[in-house]
Amino acid sequence: MGFVVVSDHGKEEAMNIVVAMKQVPDLKMIRIRDRRPLLEDVPFMMGEIDRSALEAGAELREALKGKLIVLSAGTEPLEDTVKEALAAGADEAILILDEALRDGESALVAQVLAAALARMPDVGIILFGEGSADNYSGQVMARVAEILSWPQVGYAREIRIEGGVAQITRSLEDCEELLEVPLPVAVSVVAEIRQPKTPSVTGILRAGRKPKTLWTLADLNIGLNGGAPVRTISRLAPVSSRLGQVIGSVDELVEIVKAKRGPS
Amino acid sequence: MNIILYSERPDLASELVTAGRAIMDICGGALQALTIDDDEQADFLAARGVSVHRVRSDQPSPADVAQLASAVHQTAVALEADMILLASNRRGRELAGRLAQKLGGGCLTDVGRFEVLDGRPAFSRNALGGAVEDVRCMETGKQVIALTPHSFAAAGVATGPGPVSDLPVRLSPSLVRLKETIRKGADAVDIEKADILVVVGQGIENKEDLTKAAQIARSLGAEVACTKPVATDRKWFSEERIIGLSGKRCKPRLALLLGVSGQVQFTVGIRDAGAIVAVNLDEKANIAYVADYLLVGDLKTLLPELVKRFSA
Repeated sequence: MGFVVVSDHGKEEAMNIVVAMKQVPDLKMIRIRDRRPLLEDVPFMMGEIDRSALEAGAELREALKGKLIVLSAGTEPLEDTVKEALAAGADEAILILDEALRDGESALVAQVLAAALARMPDVGIILFGEGSADNYSGQVMARVAEILSWPQVGYAREIRIEGGVAQITRSLEDCEELLEVPLPVAVSVVAEIRQPKTPSVTGILRAGRKPKTLWTLADLNIGLNGGAPVRTISRLAPVSSRLGQVIGSVDELVEIVKAKRGPS
Repeated sequence: MNIILYSERPDLASELVTAGRAIMDICGGALQALTIDDDEQADFLAARGVSVHRVRSDQPSPADVAQLASAVHQTAVALEADMILLASNRRGRELAGRLAQKLGGGCLTDVGRFEVLDGRPAFSRNALGGAVEDVRCMETGKQVIALTPHSFAAAGVATGPGPVSDLPVRLSPSLVRLKETIRKGADAVDIEKADILVVVGQGIENKEDLTKAAQIARSLGAEVACTKPVATDRKWFSEERIIGLSGKRCKPRLALLLGVSGQVQFTVGIRDAGAIVAVNLDEKANIAYVADYLLVGDLKTLLPELVKRFSA
């Protein structure tokens, strides 16, 4: 079994690389008033770790001889947000747009992405960021892998693909694991895997002309029965009890540090 | 509430014991631990007074999260568990999603604490990159909760040990082959446990100044940590020194922040520090709201002076 299958015609069959993208609010633009986040007029963007995943995916394109496809589920501005991924090198985009995806609830998003993947031909690997920039829950990759009964590897720092097998270095807190996994596989990457590049001008100009496929939940036969598994009761900025005192001299700083350090 | 807990790391599992008991205080029920092919951990947890099930897998492959999830899932079904408590370290987070999907349950990772709302536990975790904290309740019968490491005290040795029993599970052959495990070498630090931290931000612009920051850390008996870009973009440190949403959550008694602007994704990792003292060029940066004490100034000139003063 392998990703480069020599068919009856002697032609190598390519496999595609999918990068999952989540559109997130630009976190630098969120203001807090009365402990509540003000999200009106905050633009959406592609998360930073997703951009690293895209960069890693672009490098795998040659080994797999397939297309680099960005896959995302979300609400309306997504058509615009995904241009970032197309400008940064994705060949095409598949988007699932639905108001029900506004909260980005992990279980629902995973169900949607898995249903989309099941319809996409010849997927060899799907890459996710280790966690989304806003929620950083890190569940979706593992849920998608479970739905599709694919193997999974989280926290990849390096990915090589050869002969239908992925060699992946997983970075854990105290060790690294070198793993061998057959394709197709679901992988989440750490930011260190690649630094995202700034898209070139030609990349940006081409982005608008790249193919985009739009699907709805109905297209994927996904019904919304029952409520979300998790309910958010409150969302407030933490109360800071920091002094926020500006001090005037190095002397003062040294004194404070020494006092707070305690006896050494 | 029938709770089972699992972590591959005994220290984190013993924190889950503490958390699990606190949830039982709210909801009643039973707390049981499971270990997977790890008798040493089973004895360790039993000594903490908790009932332990030693899961025996026929084809152990600890690097394969699908198998791990299958083992925990079979145990959860056998023990009729409602809640599975995991540690929110990398292995635990990866397991959490897959296990929740198997159980058809809701899942929260990176939970730092919980409170009681209408007789049920409500869990707190960061959202919007750490700008806010969500309180969330589970609406599903089965739930997977992964707790941020070191958010709960480790359970101590109990007067009487808990019972230990064996529980066999059947796993399908693993698709993931572990070829090699590489221990992290000399740079394997645990900044989460540090009493004093010197944190390097992007305001430290060259390696020479970085050396000075390290000197200050040595003088103070501190570990050096950093913001994410310092590790991922500049590659000055390995990722285990990153503080923040995708890095470590630290609770030092004292943190000295050098050239840190205080973006929200960073501040979630230092929020629980005792005292925060910062030096930064930009007075208007968010660090002014994060720090207890802020010295505004140019690190290029301030660092040599600080080196001298702290080494004295």
